[in-house]
Amino acid sequence: MNQEDIKDSDIDIVIGALQPDLTSFLNEWRPVFSRFHLIIVKDPDLKEQLNIPEGFDHHVYTKPDIEKAVGASSTILFSGYSCRYFGYLVSKKKYIISIDDDCLPARDNEGNLVDPVAQHITNLTTPATPFFFNTLYDPFRDGADFVRGYPFSLRSGVTCALSCGLWLNLADYDAPTQALKPQQRNSQYVDLIMTVPARALLPVSGINIAFEREMVGPALFPALRLAREGKLRWETIEDIWSGMCAKVICDHLGLGVKTGLPYVWRSAKGDPIESLKKEWQGVKLMEEVVPFFQSVRLPRTATTTEDCVAEMAKSVRERLGSVDPVFNHAADAMLQWVKLWKSVGSGSSTPGGA
Amino acid sequence: MATPVSPIPLLKDELDIVIPTIRNLDFLEMWRPFFQPYHLIIVQDGDPSKVIKVPEGFDYELYNRNDINRILGPKASCISFKDSACRCFGFMVSKKKYIYTIDDDCFVAKEPSGKDINALEQHIKNLLTPSTPFFFNTLYDPYQAGADFVRGYPFSLREGVPTAVSHGLWLNIPDYDAPTQLVKPRERNTRYVDAVMTIPKGTLFPMCGMNLGFNRELIGPAMYFGLMGDGQPIGRYDDMWAGWCTKVICDHLGLGVKTGLPYIWHSKASNPFVNLKKEYKGIYWQEEIIPFFQTTTLPKECTTVQKCYIELSKHVKAKLGKVDEYFIKLADAMVTWIEAWDELNPSGGKAAELANGASK
Repeated sequence: MNQEDIKDSDIDIVIGALQPDLTSFLNEWRPVFSRFHLIIVKDPDLKEQLNIPEGFDHHVYTKPDIEKAVGASSTILFSGYSCRYFGYLVSKKKYIISIDDDCLPARDNEGNLVDPVAQHITNLTTPATPFFFNTLYDPFRDGADFVRGYPFSLRSGVTCALSCGLWLNLADYDAPTQALKPQQRNSQYVDLIMTVPARALLPVSGINIAFEREMVGPALFPALRLAREGKLRWETIEDIWSGMCAKVICDHLGLGVKTGLPYVWRSAKGDPIESLKKEWQGVKLMEEVVPFFQSVRLPRTATTTEDCVAEMAKSVRERLGSVDPVFNHAADAMLQWVKLWKSVGSGSSTPGGA
Repeated sequence: MATPVSPIPLLKDELDIVIPTIRNLDFLEMWRPFFQPYHLIIVQDGDPSKVIKVPEGFDYELYNRNDINRILGPKASCISFKDSACRCFGFMVSKKKYIYTIDDDCFVAKEPSGKDINALEQHIKNLLTPSTPFFFNTLYDPYQAGADFVRGYPFSLREGVPTAVSHGLWLNIPDYDAPTQLVKPRERNTRYVDAVMTIPKGTLFPMCGMNLGFNRELIGPAMYFGLMGDGQPIGRYDDMWAGWCTKVICDHLGLGVKTGLPYIWHSKASNPFVNLKKEYKGIYWQEEIIPFFQTTTLPKECTTVQKCYIELSKHVKAKLGKVDEYFIKLADAMVTWIEAWDELNPSGGKAAELANGASK
């Protein structure tokens, strides 16, 4: 789809609210967000009422809504940062953009305010080029192109289904890194968008992400829940897990994943040393999963995202189930998610969205 | 934890700068502050009777076609004539650990702040810090100052692997092929992308020889720039060929390839009609060549670059030989190259001193 054909009503902005007062967050984002419909999902564990400023077209989902839609036993799936996935589930739009509630608009090297919605949509509506690396990065950007030596048959590219943005100020580091470098802030605005090559794995951060809902939605799931998962990003790994599954699935289905612009400005919060005191379960688990992801293959018969997720869940159970029980739970959750996607999810979006 | 090398060593006795030229070396004046400490190897292409003036104050050795023929004898057939591919002769005769190669129409570029870019220093930084080919880091090279590994990056992969190649980029005239040049004659690359990154394992890329550094000890024998130019059906695919072979071998041996910074300023756009004639066959052939490289695997027994390269040449002959006879010649030339490389670079002990061309 051309960018010119995309209407504001094709887009949902999904915000997982882990803090009750969204006033300053939404006011800062007003110039960018006010045109769009917002889906705000309150962390079911959050007791306080949400505070939302006037002037936004929005829908709020809280614990009772979640329970009604998926049943009380499944509500645990959507606790903490995973609450946003409920927003993915109930959206009916073509594109979803999701940003953490501790992120604000960033400025580029010229001092201009970055509009991540526009940039994510550009990323998603221009082709991705996963089969051959272009040394001038995204060839569909203004002022760039394919370089000498790039095969012509690969120049039409594939549909980009997932766009991973980045973070200025507090980058998405893990607790050990942040604890060791407490003053480190990311001040480098790298003017780059690129396709992540096929078969290359990457840690997909959920902090600033956008995707084509029907194509990728079933593959972005709340499945890997740490035993002592917390309300700080470096106490979670759910997005990394589902992101890696999504990448394998995109590779299998011939869909593209881009990374780079847009940036958001992420506020510093939390104490990494406190987080370090908790068990490093996430860090340990990543060691187990790398060989699995590097070698997992999906059968040719899996031609839809839902089928791929089901096959992934099977592989996870077979090959990682004995490594740690958390993987069995993840496999169960992945299957549960596919069921929910089919029953609660709206399937194909209607033209113009609802 | 990712720790950048600091301060950046000059490596002036460990690095040679290889420059192919057919016209003159005036461009060296601009590079003087950065290049003067280093030894230059100049490979003069074209008419050997022409005298190439090297600016005063540079320590260099120069080879023209007569020298190449004299030094290699019949094996000189593997070195291209009338094409910058001849630069790889410079790689072969160098005795240093690192090579930086640059074209004679490439000048010092500026950062957005206005500061001159010391391209060589950045290449050295890239080569002396590890690569991370097994897992993509979304903040790019974690060993650059101000960056690090992101959440979710497995700790066991944070040591990285040795970097064999540092591929730099170009501001102003971008490295486009002839069709793109014809369609976009005015396009200039004005975007300074402040990043270096490792090209993931299993991913091929188009390697440009205009602004390129590599660890000669790690990957030198793979940097053969093929049969191009005079008497050959193809041109402007020399660096591409070297890059595809190099990447496959690096992937096999667990070495890294980086791309991104540094930028140089590329001043001269070559004639797109001339380029089209040279590239024409390549544009068709690369449709076969790319799947070939993407699917070629090397056996475990290939533990050195030379062994990998010879094995690769067999695959080239068997599979690409069916596409065109040229590849049969090329496969033979690949073997000749390795034989010549090993003769000039015997392992164990110092290589015999060779009678050079004109040198200072």
